[in-house]
Amino acid sequence: MPSTRSGVAVRGINHHYGDLEAIRELSLEIHPGEILGLVGTSGCGKSTLIELIAGLLGEPSGGTISIGSAASPAERLALCAYMPQDDMLFPWYSAIENATLSLRNRGLSKATAHSQAAGLFGQVGLGGFEDARPGQLSGGMRQRVAFLRTLLSGKPVLLLDEPFASLDAITRAQMQVWLAATLDLRPATTVLVTHDVEEALYLSDRVVVLSGRPARVIATLDSPRPRAGDREATIADPAFVEMRTVTMRLLNADMAAVS
Amino acid sequence: MRWLIPAALVVAMIGIWQIVAGTEALADALGLQPTLVAPPSQIASALWTNRSLLAENAWVTLREVIPGFVVAVVIGFVLAVSLHLFESLRRAVQPLLIASQTIPVIVIAPILVAWFGYGIGPKVGIIALICFFPVAVNTLDGLRSVDPDAVAMMRTLDARPTQILRRVEIPTSLPHIFTGARIAVAIAVIGAVFGEWAGSDSGLGHMILQDNAQLATARMFAAVVVLSAMAIVLYAAVAAVERAVVRW
Repeated sequence: MPSTRSGVAVRGINHHYGDLEAIRELSLEIHPGEILGLVGTSGCGKSTLIELIAGLLGEPSGGTISIGSAASPAERLALCAYMPQDDMLFPWYSAIENATLSLRNRGLSKATAHSQAAGLFGQVGLGGFEDARPGQLSGGMRQRVAFLRTLLSGKPVLLLDEPFASLDAITRAQMQVWLAATLDLRPATTVLVTHDVEEALYLSDRVVVLSGRPARVIATLDSPRPRAGDREATIADPAFVEMRTVTMRLLNADMAAVS
Repeated sequence: MRWLIPAALVVAMIGIWQIVAGTEALADALGLQPTLVAPPSQIASALWTNRSLLAENAWVTLREVIPGFVVAVVIGFVLAVSLHLFESLRRAVQPLLIASQTIPVIVIAPILVAWFGYGIGPKVGIIALICFFPVAVNTLDGLRSVDPDAVAMMRTLDARPTQILRRVEIPTSLPHIFTGARIAVAIAVIGAVFGEWAGSDSGLGHMILQDNAQLATARMFAAVVVLSAMAIVLYAAVAAVERAVVRW
């Protein structure tokens, strides 16, 4: 396993699906151990970008992507863990069986895999729910299991595609606090795709604002007080509110320019 | 309560049939000859008086249906998984699969009997030929219904294609596979009847053919009743296995 301090460099990539241009001349840098928020309107190509970084779509039509010294799609795939929009827990597996899929795929026995995950379940407030079926868990708990599954892969780069999009506002706020605490506990280079500006600013070190399709970088912003202790105080902070306003204006201006 | 309406429907149908076929004036008026349509009371008494004969022949037919069905499920499943894994194979083989279902079984059955004799072989072959198709088609549909994001996620979790198949694609397909199996088991008895018609000295299909020729109409209907009951019981058995396996 390479260093967990791998950064990601995306340099001048273009990508097409047939005639559809999804990404144009996009460059960005994700520093080792950093949480980078990616915000943009729905359908702007955020998910395509994530799948390209992960090496799931092969090479981009143009440009290069590298993670440390790994440049080929297969090498990148070995370094990235992807958490899709839906929690994607398999109903035929228990919570811990879902969470330990990567360990089992690598050939670990069930007993070994489960003993490696058991401690983590307790740490993130899932103690006692190891053998629960996904259908027995609340939406927030399902997302925790899905995130543990991503984390237990031990990959240096985590790609989270709108992880909390399906949750109600209250649960979502709680999950943001939980994710911030968990990533402090187990730091990883993380890309957080979201269309929730507040979520991006609260959780990320830096936020990249993407244009509508084809996706380009409109702006890169430093979050005012990333993952500071009290979420409610953080998002009410004048600097935070100001930054949210700036970001929303950038997105609105882009949409107005398109339509 | 949920049994009330279906039971009432069956009772009402049997009642009307009994009244129409059992009342001489009504049957005459409708041109129903007793050699063509037996009233339910006669079928019931034929069921009772011929119970050991029916049981013997039902046992023969059941011993053709079960292996035929099992062979069909195995072939249908293996075929669907192979076609799913190898895209080019699927394009080549799919037309042949569909063509296999246009073969008139009634035509091919005597040929199979000529090849393989009067034993159980041709019957199992005919049943498998009819029954593998719904299993294969439904399994393929199930394998294709897998969310591409689930496969993408599994790839980032270091899954090899065989692990994706075992841990995601086959479990996702299980309800589809059982849908195919339930259709297959219901039509398997028809396959057995065709097989027995082509060449056989026992079984419910053989009995139906004999009784039809001898105008033993009530006993022929009794054999059909036993055949239907067999299909219903087998269907329920597959559904019970499904509930035990697909628990999510």
